Amino acid sequence: LDDIELAGQLAMRVVRADVPHARIVSIDVAEAQHAAGVHLVLTAADLEGPRVIPLRTDYYAKQFPHLGEHCHPVLAQDRVCYVGQPVVAVVADDPYVAEDAAELVRIEYEELPVVLDAAAALDDEAPLLHPPASNEGARFERRYGDVDAAFDKAEHHVVAEFRVGRHAGVPLEPRGCIADYDAGRDQLSLWGAVHVHNTRDLLADMLEMPRSSVRFRQCDIGGSFGSRGGLYPEYVLVAHASRALKRPVKWVEDRRENLVATSHAREQTHRIEGAFDSNGRILAIRDEIWHDKGAYYRQSGPLVSDITVGMICGPYRVPAYHGVIHSVTTNKTPMTAYRAPGRFEGTFARERLLDHAAIQIGLPSDELRRVNLLTHEDLPWEPGIEIASESFRFDSGDVLAHYDKALSQIGYSDWRREAEALRNAGRCVGTGLGVYLDKAGLGVYETATVWVDPRGRVRVTTGAQSVGQGLETILAQIVADELTLTPQDVEVVYGDTDLVPDGVGSWSSRSTVIAGGAALDAARKTVQKALRVAADLLEVSPNDLVLESGRIHVAGSSEPSLSIWQIADEWAGPRARLAGDEPGLGAAATYIDGHMNYPYGVAAVMLEIDPELGRLVFHRYATSCEAGRVINPEATRGQVIGAAVQGIGGALFEDFLYSQDGQPLATTFIDYLLPTAVDVPSIDVFVTEDAPTPDNPLRAKGIGEVGVIAAGAAIASAVDDALGARGVARKLPLTPQQIYALTAGRAKLEELQE
Amino acid sequence: MKPPKFDYFDPETVEEVLSLLHEYGDDAKVLAGGQSLVPLLNLRLARPAVIVSLRRLTSLDELSEANGALRIGALTRQATLERSSVLARRSPLLREAVRYVGHPQIRNRGTVGGSAVHADPAAELPTALVVLDAVFHVESRHGSRRISAREFFRGYFTTSLAPDELLVAIEVPTQPKMTGIAFEEFARRAGDFALGGAAAMISLDPTGACSGAAIGLLAAGPAPLRAVDAESILVGQRINLDSARAAAAAAVADIKPLADVHGDSAYRRTVVAAMCRRAILNAGAAATEAAA
Repeated sequence: LDDIELAGQLAMRVVRADVPHARIVSIDVAEAQHAAGVHLVLTAADLEGPRVIPLRTDYYAKQFPHLGEHCHPVLAQDRVCYVGQPVVAVVADDPYVAEDAAELVRIEYEELPVVLDAAAALDDEAPLLHPPASNEGARFERRYGDVDAAFDKAEHHVVAEFRVGRHAGVPLEPRGCIADYDAGRDQLSLWGAVHVHNTRDLLADMLEMPRSSVRFRQCDIGGSFGSRGGLYPEYVLVAHASRALKRPVKWVEDRRENLVATSHAREQTHRIEGAFDSNGRILAIRDEIWHDKGAYYRQSGPLVSDITVGMICGPYRVPAYHGVIHSVTTNKTPMTAYRAPGRFEGTFARERLLDHAAIQIGLPSDELRRVNLLTHEDLPWEPGIEIASESFRFDSGDVLAHYDKALSQIGYSDWRREAEALRNAGRCVGTGLGVYLDKAGLGVYETATVWVDPRGRVRVTTGAQSVGQGLETILAQIVADELTLTPQDVEVVYGDTDLVPDGVGSWSSRSTVIAGGAALDAARKTVQKALRVAADLLEVSPNDLVLESGRIHVAGSSEPSLSIWQIADEWAGPRARLAGDEPGLGAAATYIDGHMNYPYGVAAVMLEIDPELGRLVFHRYATSCEAGRVINPEATRGQVIGAAVQGIGGALFEDFLYSQDGQPLATTFIDYLLPTAVDVPSIDVFVTEDAPTPDNPLRAKGIGEVGVIAAGAAIASAVDDALGARGVARKLPLTPQQIYALTAGRAKLEELQE
Repeated sequence: MKPPKFDYFDPETVEEVLSLLHEYGDDAKVLAGGQSLVPLLNLRLARPAVIVSLRRLTSLDELSEANGALRIGALTRQATLERSSVLARRSPLLREAVRYVGHPQIRNRGTVGGSAVHADPAAELPTALVVLDAVFHVESRHGSRRISAREFFRGYFTTSLAPDELLVAIEVPTQPKMTGIAFEEFARRAGDFALGGAAAMISLDPTGACSGAAIGLLAAGPAPLRAVDAESILVGQRINLDSARAAAAAAVADIKPLADVHGDSAYRRTVVAAMCRRAILNAGAAATEAAA
């Protein structure tokens, strides 16, 4: 994005709250306004139209009438609720002048008490962030089966508390947005959003402009991961500024802003309980979850809380379940979805519970999992629970069979033997597993068009977006297959709201299935038309024709034939008109998704601990998934490995910590550690295609997030195994100091000091 | 993350640099490789009115050996140390230490002098220089002086350099015979500032007992530390697990590492102790090998 330079462009700098909770007493912008090179200074009072970013849909607002009061203001009006919250925007000649001028803005605050813990925020005495609304913006309760009865008759009752820290997507390029207002046409052109259509619609509404007057265009945005999605306040600000100044205005976030103002994710505490019979069969699970949502609800609302509580039971045969999640505001950076939201956290809690249960019951954890994993005999598994507005229905596959196959392929029993031999030799080596269920393909519909350019190119448009995941390749493959061409013949266009007027976007591992479904449908319609037109041109029945290598001919005889290109060319205006048909060759399609799909798999790890330091070294790492049908093996592998690396980051390195008075402690890459190539082991990926999903024509499951999900669970389990004190790692990330604290290291230090 | 305004000079001679430092004193900052100063400027944590760049002073980028010592020009890139065969032979400790500095890109730009004057107690080169009893050659309009390593490092990001003085070179004695070195550190990720570390240089007498020990601690306090008590415990002893353990315990007895998000002080102390013990044992083993 930052490479886009427009003539006459100005730079915007945002003045952010440096206190976590305060009433704004006064804002003095006079000095900044008069500084040389400054064109505009905006405060909340200067914004016309709506001043708060609305939720993406009213689905949650209907359930939680006070949710609106938790939504994020574009600029703070009378109070600030987290460090990093935008308060004033300064537009100047260039980023240097803008940053200098931003320092001249004087804001007087009257500080208020802070609340930094989701459970504490529910106390009666806790300060309210958005009075009179409660800090509990939403609470979801999900339940099926007779949980109390199950616990009453259970042979074993296991309870534990698990925590997952605060992470974020942290894209390589921070956020940014450019707005260029054309007063003559009353049109606003923007670059920088990921979900261009939804962002266009919301922004137009906030600016009180027709949606057709706002054009978002795609550019390479250096990573999305969910964190980048949605309409951020800064995008609204550049739009306001450009409209006011009638000049292009660019805002590019710096890394320090990125770490406090781009949405965070995760941070959940689970108090999870399991009821088991004497054979280790799960009778029921209860989970009470506190989800720290930060200071405001972003556009996605409490979606991640909803997904979390809906998916705690994962790929297991759990006959009764009761989950409650408190979705709570605190004086920290707001949250949104980040790769496998809710599944990384919930899988950590559940898999840890199963490890605990195995010890308590006296079964190998492997056996405990095997007794409980869903098999094809359980399908369709529809226990009566809702996940993010649809009923959970797991209808294809056999998790136990995949589990056995994956572990055998990985050679997991050899790992275990190897680890045991090393432990016997005095080394702290351990193995661990996590099993996961994902959900993919949320998001209703997607659009596509196929247009055959007679000069030898097929153009596909899609409402989805490339965020580096290989969307262009996948859609080109799907369309080329239908048209019997090569992917090189196909170009994929996306992310321009004028070229592609409607779409949903790329998130929730949906693009291959849903954008792919739309492209497939448009391609099939195109083939149908090609056959119909060829039949007309060749004067034969369409039923006698076949399409091969981009040419249509009568079955059994290669000539006469017409290429796809010839058909498109012949069917230009006059000929089509004579036939009373639409000219050209191509079709539009909208794929409406009936149901989410549910990939599943395993993460397995072997690692070593240096107990004196708490240092962790990977020996082996493998992860598997059931993909239904793989469209592109390399893209699949890339997605799974990339996600696994982010999972390792969350398990070992990444955490946004805050001081007791609410100041963020991780504001540079010295404090917020991302895994680098050196810190990540070689990751083996094992993909099965044993259970093509019946729910979509491609038979595919979305695998964009699967790699991240069980990483934390598997690593924690392996740490316990290495230390020979099973069931002790309760919190992620597992920093060296925390691993050290799990060992007998303290005693060693004392011994050393004697 | 754009720096505030400053005036920029990039003179061609040391004399001109010294005049500028004389003129601007505290208001000026010297820019060498920029690996610490530029981030500080961008974060607006440093706001010097004047930047004096040394980029044209190519004469300060030198590495030579004379009279039993290496002379390392202040502008010598860290990567040059890493790749120098002279250094590998004559001062293996510096070479070992420099490999832990950041990442290759950082070492390509970062200079030896820059790392020394920045005086980060968690930085590798200052600790190695303290262990090696390096001598710092400093010039100003008033003349030149030599400062011992122990005098040079004063505290957190503080040296005994006056505002009008420029570090021009560092002199390091070449490694004596029957001596072994080791540099050990533990960081959360490769290239991060260490949670704790230690450098050791051990010399043995012909009987195999320790005849000299120099031990430095990394990220253990306000400045790179010499563990004097540990050194005296080792002299006259054989280097083995017992003596190394005793020396490491003495080394950390009085240290108070700074806590941060990556580890509290007590934990960091443990790390320093472990690194110290390992460095002593490894340096002892290397010395034994050198003696054989």
